[in-house]
Amino acid sequence: MFCEECRQKEATIHIVKQMDGKQTEMNLCEQCARKKEELEVSFEPQFSLHKLFASMLNQSLHDSRRAQQAVDTQCPSCGLTFSQFSQIGRLGCSDCFKAFEEQLKPLLRRIHAGCAHTGKVPLKIRGRVKAVREIDQLKEEIQVKINTEEFEKAAVLRDRIRALEEDIQQVEADGGEKN
Amino acid sequence: MKQVQFTMSRWMQDSGPESEIAISTRVRAARNMKGFTFPCLAADHETEAVISKVSSVAAGIKEFSHFNYWPIDTLTELEKNALVEKHLISPLLASESKHGALLLRSDEALSIMINEEDHLRIQAILPGLQLEEAWSEASCYDDLLENELDFAFDDHCGYLTACPTNIGTGLRASVMLHLPALIMTRQINRLLGALSQVGLAVRGLYGEGTEIIGNLVQVSNQVTLGHSEEEIISNLFGIIRQVIEQEQSARQMLLDKQRAGLADKAWRALGLLKNAQLISSQEAIQLLSDLRLGYDLGLIKGINHQLLNELLVLIRPACLQLLAGRELSESERDIERPVQIKKALERHDDLD
Repeated sequence: MFCEECRQKEATIHIVKQMDGKQTEMNLCEQCARKKEELEVSFEPQFSLHKLFASMLNQSLHDSRRAQQAVDTQCPSCGLTFSQFSQIGRLGCSDCFKAFEEQLKPLLRRIHAGCAHTGKVPLKIRGRVKAVREIDQLKEEIQVKINTEEFEKAAVLRDRIRALEEDIQQVEADGGEKN
Repeated sequence: MKQVQFTMSRWMQDSGPESEIAISTRVRAARNMKGFTFPCLAADHETEAVISKVSSVAAGIKEFSHFNYWPIDTLTELEKNALVEKHLISPLLASESKHGALLLRSDEALSIMINEEDHLRIQAILPGLQLEEAWSEASCYDDLLENELDFAFDDHCGYLTACPTNIGTGLRASVMLHLPALIMTRQINRLLGALSQVGLAVRGLYGEGTEIIGNLVQVSNQVTLGHSEEEIISNLFGIIRQVIEQEQSARQMLLDKQRAGLADKAWRALGLLKNAQLISSQEAIQLLSDLRLGYDLGLIKGINHQLLNELLVLIRPACLQLLAGRELSESERDIERPVQIKKALERHDDLD
Protein backbone atom coordinates (compact mmCIF):
# COMPACT_ATOMS: atom_id res chain seq x y z
CA MET A 1 0.00 0.00 0.00
CA PHE A 2 1.26 3.49 -0.90
CA CYS A 3 1.34 6.42 1.52
CA GLU A 4 -1.92 8.43 1.30
CA GLU A 5 -0.03 11.69 1.51
CA CYS A 6 2.86 11.47 -0.97
CA ARG A 7 1.61 8.40 -2.92
CA GLN A 8 5.21 7.49 -3.61
CA LYS A 9 6.58 5.57 -0.68
CA GLU A 10 5.33 2.45 1.06
CA ALA A 11 2.90 3.22 3.89
CA THR A 12 4.37 1.77 7.06
CA ILE A 13 2.49 3.75 9.72
CA HIS A 14 -1.19 3.46 10.52
CA ILE A 15 -2.63 6.46 12.40
CA VAL A 16 -6.01 6.32 14.12
CA LYS A 17 -7.28 9.62 15.45
CA GLN A 18 -10.24 10.18 17.77
CA MET A 19 -11.53 13.71 17.79
CA ASP A 20 -14.95 15.01 18.91
CA GLY A 21 -16.30 11.46 18.77
CA LYS A 22 -15.19 10.96 15.15
CA GLN A 23 -12.59 8.44 14.15
CA THR A 24 -10.29 9.02 11.20
CA GLU A 25 -7.66 6.62 9.88
CA MET A 26 -4.58 7.26 7.75
CA ASN A 27 -1.85 5.15 6.21
CA LEU A 28 1.38 7.07 5.81
CA CYS A 29 5.06 6.57 5.12
CA GLU A 30 7.42 7.33 7.95
CA GLN A 31 8.47 10.71 6.59
CA CYS A 32 4.94 12.00 6.00
CA ALA A 33 3.83 10.74 9.41
CA ARG A 34 6.65 12.63 11.04
CA LYS A 35 5.76 15.79 9.15
CA LYS A 36 2.13 15.47 10.14
CA GLU A 37 3.15 15.15 13.72
CA GLU A 38 5.48 18.13 13.44
CA LEU A 39 2.71 20.31 12.01
CA GLU A 40 0.19 19.30 14.58
CA VAL A 41 2.63 19.83 17.37
CA SER A 42 3.38 23.32 16.16
CA PHE A 43 -0.26 24.36 16.20
CA GLU A 44 -1.49 22.48 19.22
CA PRO A 45 -3.40 24.97 21.36
CA GLN A 46 -1.39 25.83 24.41
CA PHE A 47 -2.21 22.81 26.51
CA SER A 48 -1.23 22.63 29.94
CA LEU A 49 -0.95 25.19 32.63
CA HIS A 50 -4.70 25.66 32.78
CA LYS A 51 -5.39 21.98 32.91
CA LEU A 52 -2.63 21.40 35.36
CA PHE A 53 -3.88 24.23 37.46
CA ALA A 54 -7.46 23.00 37.31
CA SER A 55 -6.31 19.61 38.54
CA MET A 56 -4.38 21.21 41.42
CA LEU A 57 -7.53 23.07 42.29
CA ASN A 58 -9.63 19.93 42.28
CA GLN A 59 -7.07 18.26 44.47
CA SER A 60 -7.13 21.11 46.91
CA LEU A 61 -10.93 21.22 46.89
CA HIS A 62 -10.99 17.53 47.54
CA ASP A 63 -8.82 18.11 50.60
CA SER A 64 -10.99 20.90 51.84
CA ARG A 65 -13.90 20.39 54.17
CA ARG A 66 -15.45 23.49 52.70
CA ALA A 67 -15.49 21.91 49.27
CA GLN A 68 -19.26 22.07 48.92
CA GLN A 69 -19.43 25.69 49.97
CA ALA A 70 -16.55 26.62 47.66
CA VAL A 71 -18.14 24.99 44.64
CA ASP A 72 -21.28 27.05 45.11
CA THR A 73 -19.61 30.47 45.04
CA GLN A 74 -20.57 32.55 42.01
CA CYS A 75 -19.08 35.74 40.60
CA PRO A 76 -21.77 38.44 40.77
CA SER A 77 -20.48 40.21 37.64
CA CYS A 78 -19.95 37.52 35.01
CA GLY A 79 -21.82 34.61 36.62
CA LEU A 80 -18.89 32.17 36.56
CA THR A 81 -19.18 29.61 39.38
CA PHE A 82 -16.18 28.29 41.22
CA SER A 83 -16.86 24.77 39.99
CA GLN A 84 -16.87 26.05 36.39
CA PHE A 85 -13.61 27.83 37.09
CA SER A 86 -12.04 24.65 38.43
CA GLN A 87 -13.02 22.94 35.15
CA ILE A 88 -11.69 25.55 32.73
CA GLY A 89 -8.91 26.95 34.93
CA ARG A 90 -9.63 30.52 33.80
CA LEU A 91 -11.39 33.41 35.48
CA GLY A 92 -14.22 35.22 33.69
CA CYS A 93 -13.67 38.84 34.70
CA SER A 94 -11.77 41.07 37.08
CA ASP A 95 -14.44 40.64 39.79
CA CYS A 96 -14.02 36.83 39.84
CA PHE A 97 -10.86 37.38 41.79
CA LYS A 98 -12.69 38.99 44.71
CA ALA A 99 -15.54 36.46 44.50
CA PHE A 100 -13.18 33.46 44.74
CA GLU A 101 -10.46 35.14 46.79
CA GLU A 102 -10.72 32.75 49.72
CA GLN A 103 -10.27 29.67 47.52
CA LEU A 104 -7.74 31.26 45.19
CA LYS A 105 -5.26 32.57 47.74
CA PRO A 106 -3.96 29.18 48.95
CA LEU A 107 -3.51 28.14 45.33
CA LEU A 108 -1.70 31.32 44.38
CA ARG A 109 0.63 30.67 47.29
CA ARG A 110 1.37 27.21 45.91
CA ILE A 111 2.12 28.27 42.35
CA HIS A 112 3.73 31.65 43.01
CA ALA A 113 6.15 33.25 45.45
CA GLY A 114 3.47 34.33 47.92
CA CYS A 115 0.26 36.28 47.43
CA ALA A 116 1.43 39.88 47.41
CA HIS A 117 2.23 41.75 44.21
CA THR A 118 5.39 43.79 44.70
CA GLY A 119 5.94 44.94 41.12
CA LYS A 120 4.64 47.55 38.73
CA VAL A 121 1.46 49.52 39.50
CA PRO A 122 -0.57 51.54 36.97
CA LEU A 123 0.50 55.16 37.25
CA LYS A 124 -3.07 56.35 37.87
CA ILE A 125 -3.44 54.42 41.12
CA ARG A 126 0.16 54.40 42.27
CA GLY A 127 -0.57 56.69 45.25
CA ARG A 128 -3.41 54.56 46.55
CA VAL A 129 -1.54 51.28 46.14
CA LYS A 130 1.48 52.72 47.92
CA ALA A 131 -0.80 53.72 50.83
CA VAL A 132 -2.44 50.27 50.85
CA ARG A 133 0.97 48.58 50.96
CA GLU A 134 2.04 50.86 53.80
CA ILE A 135 -1.16 50.07 55.72
CA ASP A 136 -0.51 46.33 55.34
CA GLN A 137 2.98 46.78 56.70
CA LEU A 138 1.80 48.96 59.61
CA LYS A 139 -0.79 46.35 60.55
CA GLU A 140 1.96 43.76 60.85
CA GLU A 141 4.02 46.15 62.98
CA ILE A 142 1.04 46.84 65.26
CA GLN A 143 0.69 43.12 65.90
CA VAL A 144 4.34 42.99 66.93
CA LYS A 145 3.91 45.98 69.26
CA ILE A 146 0.81 44.42 70.83
CA ASN A 147 2.61 41.14 71.35
CA THR A 148 5.44 42.96 73.13
CA GLU A 149 2.88 45.07 75.05
CA GLU A 150 4.13 48.38 73.62
CA PHE A 151 0.61 49.75 73.45
CA GLU A 152 1.51 53.43 73.12
CA LYS A 153 3.63 52.74 70.05
CA ALA A 154 0.82 50.58 68.68
CA ALA A 155 -1.59 53.50 69.11
CA VAL A 156 0.73 55.79 67.10
CA LEU A 157 0.79 53.24 64.27
CA ARG A 158 -3.01 52.91 64.47
CA ASP A 159 -3.39 56.68 64.02
CA ARG A 160 -1.05 56.59 61.04
CA ILE A 161 -3.20 53.83 59.45
CA ARG A 162 -6.35 55.91 60.04
CA ALA A 163 -4.76 58.93 58.41
CA LEU A 164 -3.74 56.84 55.37
CA GLU A 165 -7.22 55.34 55.12
CA GLU A 166 -8.77 58.79 55.22
CA ASP A 167 -6.42 59.95 52.47
CA ILE A 168 -7.49 57.03 50.29
CA GLN A 169 -11.18 57.76 50.89
CA GLN A 170 -10.64 61.42 50.15
CA VAL A 171 -8.97 60.68 46.83
CA GLU A 172 -11.77 58.28 45.89
CA ALA A 173 -14.42 60.86 46.83
CA ASP A 174 -12.63 63.36 44.58
CA GLY A 175 -12.99 60.98 41.67
CA GLY A 176 -9.63 59.20 41.61
CA GLU A 177 -6.03 60.26 41.31
CA LYS A 178 -4.87 62.80 38.82
CA ASN A 179 -1.92 62.07 36.60
CA MET B 1 -5.64 46.27 3.96
CA LYS B 2 -1.94 45.50 3.88
CA GLN B 3 -1.09 41.84 3.41
CA VAL B 4 1.16 39.95 5.79
CA GLN B 5 4.47 39.48 4.04
CA PHE B 6 7.61 37.59 4.80
CA THR B 7 9.75 40.31 6.31
CA MET B 8 12.80 40.18 8.53
CA SER B 9 11.97 40.90 12.17
CA ARG B 10 14.44 43.05 14.09
CA TRP B 11 15.67 40.04 16.09
CA MET B 12 16.58 38.31 12.82
CA GLN B 13 18.50 41.28 11.41
CA ASP B 14 20.38 42.72 14.34
CA SER B 15 22.74 40.89 16.57
CA GLY B 16 22.44 41.19 20.32
CA PRO B 17 24.59 40.33 23.34
CA GLU B 18 25.51 36.63 23.65
CA SER B 19 24.02 35.99 20.22
CA GLU B 20 26.28 32.99 19.59
CA ILE B 21 24.10 31.11 22.13
CA ALA B 22 21.06 33.28 22.93
CA ILE B 23 19.12 33.67 19.71
CA SER B 24 16.29 35.90 20.88
CA THR B 25 14.60 37.27 24.00
CA ARG B 26 10.84 37.60 24.35
CA VAL B 27 8.97 39.38 27.15
CA ARG B 28 5.22 39.74 27.38
CA ALA B 29 2.87 41.44 29.81
CA ALA B 30 -0.77 40.30 30.18
CA ARG B 31 -3.30 43.07 30.81
CA ASN B 32 -7.10 43.20 31.08
CA MET B 33 -9.54 46.05 30.98
CA LYS B 34 -11.60 46.81 34.04
CA GLY B 35 -15.34 46.28 33.56
CA PHE B 36 -15.05 43.97 30.55
CA THR B 37 -15.54 40.20 30.72
CA PHE B 38 -12.35 38.29 29.88
CA PRO B 39 -12.25 36.97 26.29
CA CYS B 40 -12.98 33.31 27.11
CA LEU B 41 -16.41 34.15 28.60
CA ALA B 42 -17.16 37.39 26.76
CA ALA B 43 -20.13 37.76 24.43
CA ASP B 44 -19.48 38.94 20.87
CA HIS B 45 -20.50 42.53 21.56
CA GLU B 46 -18.03 42.70 24.47
CA THR B 47 -15.04 41.39 22.52
CA GLU B 48 -15.97 43.83 19.75
CA ALA B 49 -16.14 46.66 22.28
CA VAL B 50 -12.63 45.79 23.55
CA ILE B 51 -11.26 45.76 20.00
CA SER B 52 -12.79 49.08 19.07
CA LYS B 53 -11.71 50.70 22.32
CA VAL B 54 -8.09 49.53 22.06
CA SER B 55 -7.75 50.27 18.36
CA SER B 56 -9.20 53.77 18.72
CA VAL B 57 -6.93 54.49 21.70
CA ALA B 58 -3.88 53.26 19.77
CA ALA B 59 -4.86 55.35 16.75
CA GLY B 60 -4.63 58.46 18.93
CA ILE B 61 -1.13 57.75 20.30
CA LYS B 62 1.77 58.94 18.15
CA GLU B 63 4.02 56.01 19.16
CA PHE B 64 1.52 53.69 17.43
CA SER B 65 1.88 55.39 14.06
CA HIS B 66 4.44 52.78 12.92
CA PHE B 67 2.08 49.91 13.70
CA ASN B 68 0.04 47.73 11.38
CA TYR B 69 -3.36 46.65 12.61
CA TRP B 70 -4.85 43.31 11.59
CA PRO B 71 -8.16 41.87 12.78
CA ILE B 72 -7.37 38.14 12.89
CA ASP B 73 -10.44 37.09 10.90
CA THR B 74 -9.26 39.16 7.93
CA LEU B 75 -6.10 37.04 7.63
CA THR B 76 -5.75 33.86 5.58
CA GLU B 77 -4.79 30.61 7.35
CA LEU B 78 -1.37 30.94 5.76
CA GLU B 79 -0.83 34.47 7.06
CA LYS B 80 -1.96 33.51 10.56
CA ASN B 81 0.32 30.47 10.61
CA ALA B 82 3.28 32.52 9.39
CA LEU B 83 2.73 34.98 12.26
CA VAL B 84 2.61 32.04 14.68
CA GLU B 85 5.85 30.65 13.26
CA LYS B 86 7.51 34.02 13.82
CA HIS B 87 6.19 34.05 17.41
CA LEU B 88 4.31 37.29 16.72
CA ILE B 89 0.95 35.81 17.66
CA SER B 90 0.07 32.73 19.67
CA PRO B 91 -1.59 29.59 18.26
CA LEU B 92 -4.54 30.43 20.52
CA LEU B 93 -5.09 33.83 18.90
CA ALA B 94 -4.70 32.31 15.43
CA SER B 95 -7.19 29.51 15.93
CA GLU B 96 -9.63 30.18 18.73
CA SER B 97 -9.97 33.83 19.46
CA LYS B 98 -13.28 35.59 18.82
CA HIS B 99 -12.60 39.03 17.41
CA GLY B 100 -8.88 38.80 17.99
CA ALA B 101 -6.56 41.39 16.52
CA LEU B 102 -2.88 42.16 16.20
CA LEU B 103 -1.06 45.47 16.47
CA LEU B 104 2.42 44.98 15.04
CA ARG B 105 5.21 47.55 14.94
CA SER B 106 6.93 47.78 11.56
CA ASP B 107 10.21 46.33 12.93
CA GLU B 108 8.22 43.38 14.39
CA ALA B 109 9.99 43.83 17.73
CA LEU B 110 6.77 44.90 19.45
CA SER B 111 3.41 43.22 19.05
CA ILE B 112 0.15 43.54 20.91
CA MET B 113 -2.40 40.74 20.77
CA ILE B 114 -5.97 41.81 21.49
CA ASN B 115 -8.56 39.34 22.83
CA GLU B 116 -6.19 36.44 23.25
CA GLU B 117 -6.60 34.71 26.62
CA ASP B 118 -6.41 38.20 28.15
CA HIS B 119 -7.65 41.43 26.59
CA LEU B 120 -4.08 42.53 25.88
CA ARG B 121 -0.78 40.74 25.54
CA ILE B 122 2.02 43.24 25.02
CA GLN B 123 5.12 41.51 23.67
CA ALA B 124 8.65 42.60 22.82
CA ILE B 125 11.14 40.38 20.93
CA LEU B 126 14.78 41.42 20.68
CA PRO B 127 17.91 39.68 19.36
CA GLY B 128 20.31 37.95 21.74
CA LEU B 129 20.02 38.10 25.52
CA GLN B 130 18.27 41.40 26.28
CA LEU B 131 15.79 40.77 29.07
CA GLU B 132 15.92 44.19 30.67
CA GLU B 133 15.69 45.95 27.33
CA ALA B 134 12.74 43.81 26.20
CA TRP B 135 10.88 44.43 29.47
CA SER B 136 11.48 48.15 29.28
CA GLU B 137 10.20 48.17 25.69
CA ALA B 138 7.01 46.27 26.64
CA SER B 139 6.57 48.35 29.78
CA CYS B 140 6.75 51.57 27.79
CA TYR B 141 3.79 50.50 25.58
CA ASP B 142 1.99 49.28 28.70
CA ASP B 143 2.31 52.82 30.12
CA LEU B 144 1.09 54.42 26.91
CA LEU B 145 -2.04 52.26 26.86
CA GLU B 146 -2.61 52.47 30.60
CA ASN B 147 -2.73 56.22 30.31
CA GLU B 148 -5.91 55.87 28.24
CA LEU B 149 -7.40 52.59 29.51
CA ASP B 150 -8.30 51.34 33.01
CA PHE B 151 -6.57 48.04 33.62
CA ALA B 152 -7.91 45.40 36.01
CA PHE B 153 -5.65 45.63 39.05
CA ASP B 154 -6.03 44.40 42.61
CA ASP B 155 -4.23 46.44 45.29
CA HIS B 156 -2.76 43.28 46.82
CA CYS B 157 -2.46 40.80 43.98
CA GLY B 158 -1.55 43.12 41.13
CA TYR B 159 -2.65 42.79 37.49
CA LEU B 160 -5.60 40.42 37.18
CA THR B 161 -5.44 37.84 34.41
CA ALA B 162 -7.73 35.11 33.09
CA CYS B 163 -5.35 32.36 34.17
CA PRO B 164 -4.16 32.48 37.79
CA THR B 165 -0.70 31.41 36.63
CA ASN B 166 -0.22 34.91 35.17
CA ILE B 167 -1.64 37.02 38.00
CA GLY B 168 0.54 39.71 39.62
CA THR B 169 3.00 41.06 37.10
CA GLY B 170 1.42 39.25 34.14
CA LEU B 171 5.01 38.88 32.99
CA ARG B 172 6.47 36.01 31.01
CA ALA B 173 10.08 36.42 29.94
CA SER B 174 11.73 33.80 27.77
CA VAL B 175 15.03 33.30 26.00
CA MET B 176 15.62 31.04 23.00
CA LEU B 177 18.93 29.25 23.44
CA HIS B 178 20.98 27.20 21.01
CA LEU B 179 22.57 24.43 23.09
CA PRO B 180 24.16 21.87 20.74
CA ALA B 181 27.21 21.17 22.91
CA LEU B 182 25.21 20.50 26.08
CA ILE B 183 22.98 18.17 24.07
CA MET B 184 25.90 16.37 22.36
CA THR B 185 27.72 15.87 25.65
CA ARG B 186 24.47 14.62 27.24
CA GLN B 187 24.53 17.21 29.99
CA ILE B 188 21.21 18.66 28.92
CA ASN B 189 18.86 16.50 30.98
CA ARG B 190 20.64 17.31 34.20
CA LEU B 191 20.52 20.98 33.31
CA LEU B 192 16.82 20.90 32.41
CA GLY B 193 16.07 19.19 35.72
CA ALA B 194 17.98 21.87 37.60
CA LEU B 195 16.16 24.66 35.74
CA SER B 196 12.73 23.27 36.60
CA GLN B 197 13.79 23.00 40.23
CA VAL B 198 14.45 26.72 40.37
CA GLY B 199 10.99 27.43 38.99
CA LEU B 200 11.81 27.95 35.32
CA ALA B 201 9.95 26.34 32.44
CA VAL B 202 11.85 24.73 29.57
CA ARG B 203 10.23 24.09 26.22
CA GLY B 204 11.09 23.22 22.63
CA LEU B 205 11.04 25.58 19.67
CA TYR B 206 7.28 25.49 19.19
CA GLY B 207 6.29 26.00 22.82
CA GLU B 208 4.73 23.95 25.57
CA GLY B 209 4.79 20.21 25.20
CA THR B 210 7.07 20.15 22.17
CA GLU B 211 10.30 18.22 21.95
CA ILE B 212 13.65 19.86 21.47
CA ILE B 213 14.51 20.13 17.76
CA GLY B 214 17.51 21.81 16.21
CA ASN B 215 19.10 22.00 19.68
CA LEU B 216 16.83 24.98 20.43
CA VAL B 217 15.47 25.41 23.92
CA GLN B 218 13.23 28.15 25.35
CA VAL B 219 13.70 28.97 29.02
CA SER B 220 11.12 31.13 30.82
CA ASN B 221 9.90 32.18 34.26
CA GLN B 222 6.77 30.64 35.76
CA VAL B 223 6.25 32.70 38.88
CA THR B 224 4.46 35.99 38.19
CA LEU B 225 3.29 36.95 41.68
CA GLY B 226 5.41 37.78 44.73
CA HIS B 227 8.45 38.94 42.77
CA SER B 228 8.69 42.30 41.04
CA GLU B 229 9.35 42.49 37.29
CA GLU B 230 12.96 43.47 37.97
CA GLU B 231 13.42 40.47 40.27
CA ILE B 232 11.90 38.07 37.73
CA ILE B 233 14.13 39.48 34.99
CA SER B 234 17.35 39.49 37.01
CA ASN B 235 16.71 36.01 38.37
CA LEU B 236 16.17 34.65 34.86
CA PHE B 237 19.16 36.60 33.55
CA GLY B 238 21.46 35.13 36.21
CA ILE B 239 20.43 31.59 35.41
CA ILE B 240 20.59 32.06 31.64
CA ARG B 241 24.13 33.46 32.07
CA GLN B 242 25.11 30.25 33.84
CA VAL B 243 23.56 28.08 31.13
CA ILE B 244 25.48 30.10 28.54
CA GLU B 245 28.74 29.56 30.44
CA GLN B 246 28.11 25.83 30.62
CA GLU B 247 27.37 25.68 26.91
CA GLN B 248 30.56 27.67 26.23
CA SER B 249 32.73 25.30 28.22
CA ALA B 250 31.07 22.24 26.61
CA ARG B 251 31.78 23.83 23.20
CA GLN B 252 35.41 24.42 24.13
CA MET B 253 35.77 20.81 25.22
CA LEU B 254 34.25 19.55 21.96
CA LEU B 255 36.49 21.89 20.00
CA ASP B 256 39.59 20.54 21.73
CA LYS B 257 38.62 16.91 21.19
CA GLN B 258 36.67 16.84 17.93
CA ARG B 259 37.69 19.88 15.92
CA ALA B 260 37.83 18.08 12.58
CA GLY B 261 34.56 16.28 13.22
CA LEU B 262 32.71 19.52 14.03
CA ALA B 263 34.16 21.32 11.02
CA ASP B 264 33.17 18.40 8.79
CA LYS B 265 29.63 18.46 10.18
CA ALA B 266 29.28 22.20 9.52
CA TRP B 267 30.65 22.02 5.97
CA ARG B 268 28.49 18.98 5.19
CA ALA B 269 25.46 20.89 6.49
CA LEU B 270 26.29 23.80 4.17
CA GLY B 271 26.80 21.40 1.28
CA LEU B 272 23.40 19.79 1.84
CA LEU B 273 21.64 23.13 2.27
CA LYS B 274 23.18 24.33 -1.01
CA ASN B 275 22.69 21.19 -3.06
CA ALA B 276 19.90 19.01 -1.73
CA GLN B 277 16.76 18.81 -3.87
CA LEU B 278 14.36 17.75 -1.11
CA ILE B 279 14.57 18.98 2.49
CA SER B 280 12.05 18.50 5.28
CA SER B 281 11.77 21.23 7.89
CA GLN B 282 13.08 18.87 10.59
CA GLU B 283 16.18 18.13 8.52
CA ALA B 284 16.68 21.81 7.72
CA ILE B 285 16.49 22.83 11.39
CA GLN B 286 19.11 20.20 12.28
CA LEU B 287 21.41 21.26 9.42
CA LEU B 288 21.09 24.91 10.46
CA SER B 289 22.07 23.96 14.00
CA ASP B 290 25.22 22.18 12.73
CA LEU B 291 26.06 25.15 10.54
CA ARG B 292 25.49 27.67 13.33
CA LEU B 293 27.72 25.74 15.70
CA GLY B 294 30.48 25.56 13.07
CA TYR B 295 30.21 29.29 12.47
CA ASP B 296 30.18 30.18 16.18
CA LEU B 297 33.29 28.04 16.72
CA GLY B 298 35.10 29.77 13.86
CA LEU B 299 35.25 26.59 11.77
CA ILE B 300 33.32 27.95 8.82
CA LYS B 301 33.34 31.40 7.25
CA GLY B 302 31.25 33.32 4.75
CA ILE B 303 27.97 33.24 6.68
CA ASN B 304 26.59 35.21 9.62
CA HIS B 305 23.85 35.15 12.25
CA GLN B 306 21.53 37.28 10.16
CA LEU B 307 21.54 34.66 7.41
CA LEU B 308 21.18 31.80 9.89
CA ASN B 309 18.21 33.52 11.57
CA GLU B 310 16.55 34.22 8.25
CA LEU B 311 16.96 30.58 7.23
CA LEU B 312 15.66 29.34 10.58
CA VAL B 313 12.39 31.18 9.97
CA LEU B 314 11.92 30.80 6.22
CA ILE B 315 12.12 26.99 6.30
CA ARG B 316 8.96 26.77 8.43
CA PRO B 317 5.88 25.60 6.52
CA ALA B 318 3.74 28.78 6.43
CA CYS B 319 6.65 31.23 6.04
CA LEU B 320 7.95 29.11 3.16
CA GLN B 321 4.59 29.31 1.38
CA LEU B 322 4.32 33.04 2.01
CA LEU B 323 7.74 33.49 0.45
CA ALA B 324 6.90 31.24 -2.50
CA GLY B 325 3.72 33.27 -2.97
CA ARG B 326 1.41 30.25 -3.18
CA GLU B 327 -0.03 27.39 -1.18
CA LEU B 328 2.01 24.20 -1.27
CA SER B 329 1.30 20.62 -0.17
CA GLU B 330 3.72 18.92 2.21
CA SER B 331 5.62 17.21 -0.58
CA GLU B 332 5.72 20.42 -2.64
CA ARG B 333 7.14 22.25 0.36
CA ASP B 334 10.06 19.82 0.55
CA ILE B 335 10.86 20.76 -3.05
CA GLU B 336 10.37 24.51 -2.51
CA ARG B 337 12.38 24.62 0.74
CA PRO B 338 15.84 24.02 -0.84
CA VAL B 339 14.92 26.52 -3.60
CA GLN B 340 14.27 29.28 -1.06
CA ILE B 341 17.32 28.28 1.02
CA LYS B 342 19.50 28.59 -2.07
CA LYS B 343 18.03 32.00 -2.90
CA ALA B 344 18.77 33.27 0.62
CA LEU B 345 22.34 31.94 0.43
CA GLU B 346 22.86 33.63 -2.95
CA ARG B 347 21.40 36.94 -1.73
CA HIS B 348 23.87 36.76 1.12
CA ASP B 349 26.83 35.97 -1.19
CA ASP B 350 25.92 38.96 -3.36
CA LEU B 351 26.08 41.23 -0.35
CA ASP B 352 29.56 40.04 0.61
